[in-house]
Amino acid sequence: MQLSDVVTIGQYIPGDSVLHRMDPRVKLILNTLLIVLLFFVQRVTGYLFFLAILLALVTTSHISLRYLWRGLKPILFLIAFTFIVQLLFPTEGQPLWQWWIFRITDLGVWKACFMSLRLALLVFVTTLLTLVTSPIDLTDALDRLFSFLKVLRIPVHEIAMMMTIALRFIPTLLEETDKIIKAQISRGAPLDRGNLFRRMRGFVSVLIPLFVSAFRRADELAQAMEARCYRGGEGRTRLKEMRLHIADLWATVLALLFCAGTLAFNWMPYRWL
Amino acid sequence: MHIEAKHLTYVYGPGLPWEKRALSDVSFSIESGEFIGLIGETGSGKSTLVQILNGLLRPTEGTILLDGSDISDRKVNLHRIRAQVGLVFQFPEQQLFAETVSEDVAFGPKNLGVPKEEIGKRVDEALLKVGLLPQSLRDRSPFTLSGGEKRLVSIAGVLAMRPKVLILDEVTAGLDPKGKKEILARIQLLHRVEKATIILVSHDMDEIALLSQRILILKEGKLILEGSPVEIFTRAQDVRSAGLDLPTLPRILSDLRCRGFQLPTAIFEIGEAARWIRKELFRAAV
Repeated sequence: MQLSDVVTIGQYIPGDSVLHRMDPRVKLILNTLLIVLLFFVQRVTGYLFFLAILLALVTTSHISLRYLWRGLKPILFLIAFTFIVQLLFPTEGQPLWQWWIFRITDLGVWKACFMSLRLALLVFVTTLLTLVTSPIDLTDALDRLFSFLKVLRIPVHEIAMMMTIALRFIPTLLEETDKIIKAQISRGAPLDRGNLFRRMRGFVSVLIPLFVSAFRRADELAQAMEARCYRGGEGRTRLKEMRLHIADLWATVLALLFCAGTLAFNWMPYRWL
Repeated sequence: MHIEAKHLTYVYGPGLPWEKRALSDVSFSIESGEFIGLIGETGSGKSTLVQILNGLLRPTEGTILLDGSDISDRKVNLHRIRAQVGLVFQFPEQQLFAETVSEDVAFGPKNLGVPKEEIGKRVDEALLKVGLLPQSLRDRSPFTLSGGEKRLVSIAGVLAMRPKVLILDEVTAGLDPKGKKEILARIQLLHRVEKATIILVSHDMDEIALLSQRILILKEGKLILEGSPVEIFTRAQDVRSAGLDLPTLPRILSDLRCRGFQLPTAIFEIGEAARWIRKELFRAAV
């Protein structure tokens, strides 16, 4: 098994859908809007509408639901935990069942469902963003969106550059870790067997070479950047200029309509249904 | 140790968009004490194949028998296999981690549960086998050594496990000519003196031609050519179609033949080649 099959952080799936082509700044803003919107939703109807929008987005992105599911898998535990805590320790509602300090109430059940659904949707939305936007585009967008902070002497470009570099090196270091793990296993390192303590000790043989190589890479990169006279963001032009297209405008309009729709469904009195 | 591979196939990330077939239907067998050269372009599946031989990857299809026992079987003890098949990875010096050279070399045997008194003996023995002096190196930090020494130490780390089969993946990559020569000479010695079965993986034909008794050529995950160096080098067309070139001497001779020199096909030694070329020049002069 390859490590890269397990870790899917910031995994971008190249494609040519509208969502892929949109301006990353717009994507970032609209994504934030959707996340905020998610916190306003209180009712089943609102959630259903939101879910419908999301499925529509997934369809336009031409990305199979399986990848979204892969993104969701690592936090399933967190979702389950939230669900159980919300279920067993409710603050209000009519008790349905009670034992020792645990209590299940009707409102508690609702809330548990809502909270875990909200969490799942939250991850769902962000995963979709990272699936259709390359990490480099994302940090570039952050760089541009927050460039107003430069007035406050915050080195926005440098921070964005650091993020870009960090993201860029995730796959490289993963590959390297994979290789080192294999090499040490073939030297009999107890990484895939034995008790926890033995395994932990075995990991020293992976971590040290990994650190050494990370420092070496950092050093090489710094030298390469210096050799190209990199001095940070001051007066620097871009390889890829970001431009707003008509699609971005449409996306914004649609997103605002979605928001209005979701809120309308959310606050709509039940008797209208 | 006898190795037999039957219809090996390996697929990376099955069912994913980046699914990649690294090996397809590869079969071969290796006798005990043989020196095998495994060669192919980058991405031809060499590294995947050696990882299967070491039990690090389980073949998607096919079986691999070591002395008759199937290591692709899920029940088999892979730990024991890894002790018998030593794998030296590409750039093995990047896996050094211990505080001293002797600790690093001892890592393998220690993991195998070799008794303490014997480990010390094995460490010295392994260092000597790669041509390093145990007395002067034992207590030094591996990170202070030169590039070539680091590589030798990491090879010693695998030898200390006393494998019956030694697989070396691109073992001379990134070394200077002197370092390359030194390492290859050590490997040849291991083969001759220790009677070790050796699988040398490379994309450098000269290196492979110099040492191997039998050559396996991989292309796009398939075993396209197999035979002794003599057999392989008389089939220049097939070798070139695998994205490889002939070793220097056969290449020069083949070029000379194209320019009208009448040279026999079976020349593999520089002195012999010189004699034939002189003869041809003389013939042309008369």
